[in-house]
Amino acid sequence: MEAIIIGIAKSAIRLATPYLYASIGETIGQLSGVLNLGVDGVMLMGAFSAFYTVLKTGNLILGLLAAIVVGAIFGLLIAFVNVTLKAEQGISGIGVYIFGLGLSSFLFRTMVGTVETVSGFPPLSVPLLSNIPIVGEIFFQQNILVYGAFALVPLTWFILNKTPLGLSIRAVGQHPEAADSLGVNIVHIRYLTVIFGGMLSGIAGASLSIALLNVFQQNLTNGMGFIAVALVYFGAWRPLSVLSGALLFSTVNAIQIWVQVKGINIPSDFTLMLPYIVTIAVLAAMAKRRIHPPAALNKPFERGE
Amino acid sequence: MKYRNIREISMSLIPLAAFLLALLIGTIMIAFLGANPLIAFQALLKGAFGSMNAIADTVVKATPLLFVGLGICIAFRAGVLNIGGEGQLVAGALSATIVCLNFPNLPGWILIIIALTIGLLCGAIWAGIAGFLKAYFNVNEILSTIMLNYIAAYGMNYLLSGPIMDPLQIRLGSFIPQTARLPQAVDLPRLIPTRLHFGTIIAIVFAILVYVFLWRTTIGFRIRMIGQNIQASRASGINVQKYMVLAFILSGALVGLGGAIEVLGVHHRIFTDGSVSGFTGSAGFNGIVAALFGQLHPIGTIPASLLLGALLTGANKMQRVVQVPSALIGALNGLIVIFVVGSEYLRRRQTRRVERNELKK
Amino acid sequence: MKLKKIIIVLTLISILVLSLGFGASAKPFRVAVIMPSSINDLAFSQSMYDALIAVQKEMGKENFEFVYSENMFVVADAAAAIRDYASEGYDQVIAHGSQYGSSLVEIAPDFPNTSFAWGTSVSTFSDQGITNVFAYEARSEEGGYVCGVLAAKLSQTGIIGVIGPIETGDAKLYVDGFKVGVLATKPKAQVNVNWIGSFSDVALASEAAQTHINVGADVLTGTAQMVVGAIGVARQRGVLWFGTQADQTSLAPEVVVANQVYDWTVALKPMIQLVKEGTRGGNIYVLTLANGGLKMVVNQEALIGKTIKDIIEGKIDIKL
Repeated sequence: MEAIIIGIAKSAIRLATPYLYASIGETIGQLSGVLNLGVDGVMLMGAFSAFYTVLKTGNLILGLLAAIVVGAIFGLLIAFVNVTLKAEQGISGIGVYIFGLGLSSFLFRTMVGTVETVSGFPPLSVPLLSNIPIVGEIFFQQNILVYGAFALVPLTWFILNKTPLGLSIRAVGQHPEAADSLGVNIVHIRYLTVIFGGMLSGIAGASLSIALLNVFQQNLTNGMGFIAVALVYFGAWRPLSVLSGALLFSTVNAIQIWVQVKGINIPSDFTLMLPYIVTIAVLAAMAKRRIHPPAALNKPFERGE
Repeated sequence: MKYRNIREISMSLIPLAAFLLALLIGTIMIAFLGANPLIAFQALLKGAFGSMNAIADTVVKATPLLFVGLGICIAFRAGVLNIGGEGQLVAGALSATIVCLNFPNLPGWILIIIALTIGLLCGAIWAGIAGFLKAYFNVNEILSTIMLNYIAAYGMNYLLSGPIMDPLQIRLGSFIPQTARLPQAVDLPRLIPTRLHFGTIIAIVFAILVYVFLWRTTIGFRIRMIGQNIQASRASGINVQKYMVLAFILSGALVGLGGAIEVLGVHHRIFTDGSVSGFTGSAGFNGIVAALFGQLHPIGTIPASLLLGALLTGANKMQRVVQVPSALIGALNGLIVIFVVGSEYLRRRQTRRVERNELKK
Repeated sequence: MKLKKIIIVLTLISILVLSLGFGASAKPFRVAVIMPSSINDLAFSQSMYDALIAVQKEMGKENFEFVYSENMFVVADAAAAIRDYASEGYDQVIAHGSQYGSSLVEIAPDFPNTSFAWGTSVSTFSDQGITNVFAYEARSEEGGYVCGVLAAKLSQTGIIGVIGPIETGDAKLYVDGFKVGVLATKPKAQVNVNWIGSFSDVALASEAAQTHINVGADVLTGTAQMVVGAIGVARQRGVLWFGTQADQTSLAPEVVVANQVYDWTVALKPMIQLVKEGTRGGNIYVLTLANGGLKMVVNQEALIGKTIKDIIEGKIDIKL
């Protein structure tokens, strides 16, 4: 019984990692008023960049950096289109997704050619903490990118709630006119959050290709980026709630895999549906509070409006 | 007068210019691969318009884009983003197929009408779930529609692997997840002996209906007003929540109808490869792009869908002729969307310039 | 004089006939193939691509040409491609995917001079009066059985895990054969099968592998292109892997024990011959171990490599 729980919990934490990076990145961007539906495309580009770098150099840190840089470049593109060109954000995001999916597949085909595996980040036991019975094995014997994702949550919470930068970000998303009149540079803040979000999406992709799966293939993420965006809404733009959403989704996913492996007689298609149904159900059950999105979300800013 | 018209025409050419710019970048990428870009673009045009069959393929590809685009027009005008198109297409297609499989003895045209209506209703219901969750449980519609897309995909897999699997497959032992071929009686009639089918006419009719609905009815007016200025709408006593949900449901209805027509007009059965896009061809996403290209106007969405359909069909032909990896086509597709969406800015700036000049006079 | 003229005319005619004959044999055999995944998926589509390359090598580039459209998982697009290739005059259009069947039924009658091939399937639609469609498939259960036997012999825990995409076609055949092979060798063994519902969800395949290992499996197998995720996990956790459709040894040479490799040339070569002679369809070709269409590739390193290494490094003391 104990082994089963440990196994499922470890799975859940592994599965949650890419969602966590991408979701937190999207949360920050949305808090400043920018909607980015292209997260999946950026994740794929980050995953490929990291994979290719590790394949050719064997250096994991370099691979991670490659993912961050590529993610930042895409973030810059998204920021330019959404903030400067004031494009329709939902749709430009879909364009970025299709582009990222196509470009990553194309580069993979022409530069790598065949499916290969790499040696990614290995599990790293945290000294002392990993010896705690049960909890130690679940939480403290994961690879370094998993630790990074979980550390990101309190860090983000702190920045958003306890620093002037965080205040500016939230103000830009909630009352851009007021923030503007107080001298906050809306464009700078939005560029910052979106580029940072891009970097995090890149890391999310890297966590798949050079840590969890150690391989790259076309459409590696298989739509994960969209789930990550959905989880932002689940978490009502609060990092801790986003974390619980990612964990909820991944835990149900881990459980349904276990149910299937054990051969329990439920049609696999129903168990596969479970994470999605449960996420909606839990969110619906929490409906007591009225959740308000950042008022300026998806609205380009123009002085004088 | 003439001057102003030239200005207006040049403004609507901006998205076209962006489109061509993206294609130019695609040309460079193709040349990079050692293929001849001129031949590639010839192939693109030939694939989209080069023969009766090519034009038919383009129109057939454009039809579901039009349906989804019309749905997006309504939703977007109310300020709601419906990204559940993929799931709603499946809901419409599945329900229509199940109806046709279970009532083989009814006359063809009655069954067609019933199936299409059921498809429309099921698409509406599928979107309605998201609308209902939003109205009563405050569940964000972007989350619920994304989740519902996956639930629809798995539901489809389940049905096609068991309850509605083709009995022939079971007998042959190959268990391909698809339904039986629907009776010929429910095939939508063909216009001209090509793949072009009656569903396109239905789509155009609905485009006109949506236009009438949005601009000539009170409900439509309210929906547009909510999208334009939500505070003013609330202030004038409109139940914003109710109309947003309604817009969602109508959006889903159109998409569901599109899914049903895809089955009755093109595939004549449902099949799956595990993902939803094997059946829909990502029409649920591409339709959103078509709606935007059509300036969110139902009539504008017709040429926009056609253009997008031409691009997608022609790009496939280009892949075949020049033998570039299909992923390049995908990347090009995305680039075009980004460029055209980004070019809106120039268009709006031009519009404002023209307006300011008008005011000066 | 007259004789000279006749000789000249006869010579000219024979030159003409001979050149026509040369022309005919100099025309390459042109094949177009439509595939549902990419040619580097190390599974279904790659096996067909490799086979076509092999045929081209054997026949020579001037005698055999082929083009392909990969990632055609949208059936409507595939149908347009099939129709287009047929109208461009390709001698044979291969629809390499079971989901393309319904498209072929509609298209084949429109192109009576083109030969079509449908895999994997056993139906040539001859019952519907169609005569220009070949069918081909692989008896994957044979290689599955062989893998199953070896897996059962190598498993120490007696628990074996199987990761499949969707329970259909040659995936189902392989898995069913594998199970039978395991249970025939070790009746008390436990085979856990899970179908992850997709051909492409690598992350899910990887987690499924982790879960299988967590419940005690020490041998894994699976089919379709998403198994690369599972192979990665097998490598990381030192669990043995059996592959199918293609030789997956390169992904994890330490743990990939054996692979069932498809050799589609066993179907391609007779089809090409028949089409050249004028028969465009109607036959069914089945890849089996008997006809060489299925080959078992065993990777020595995974099977006994560690043992050999231990002996060389003196870790094993062979007490005689």
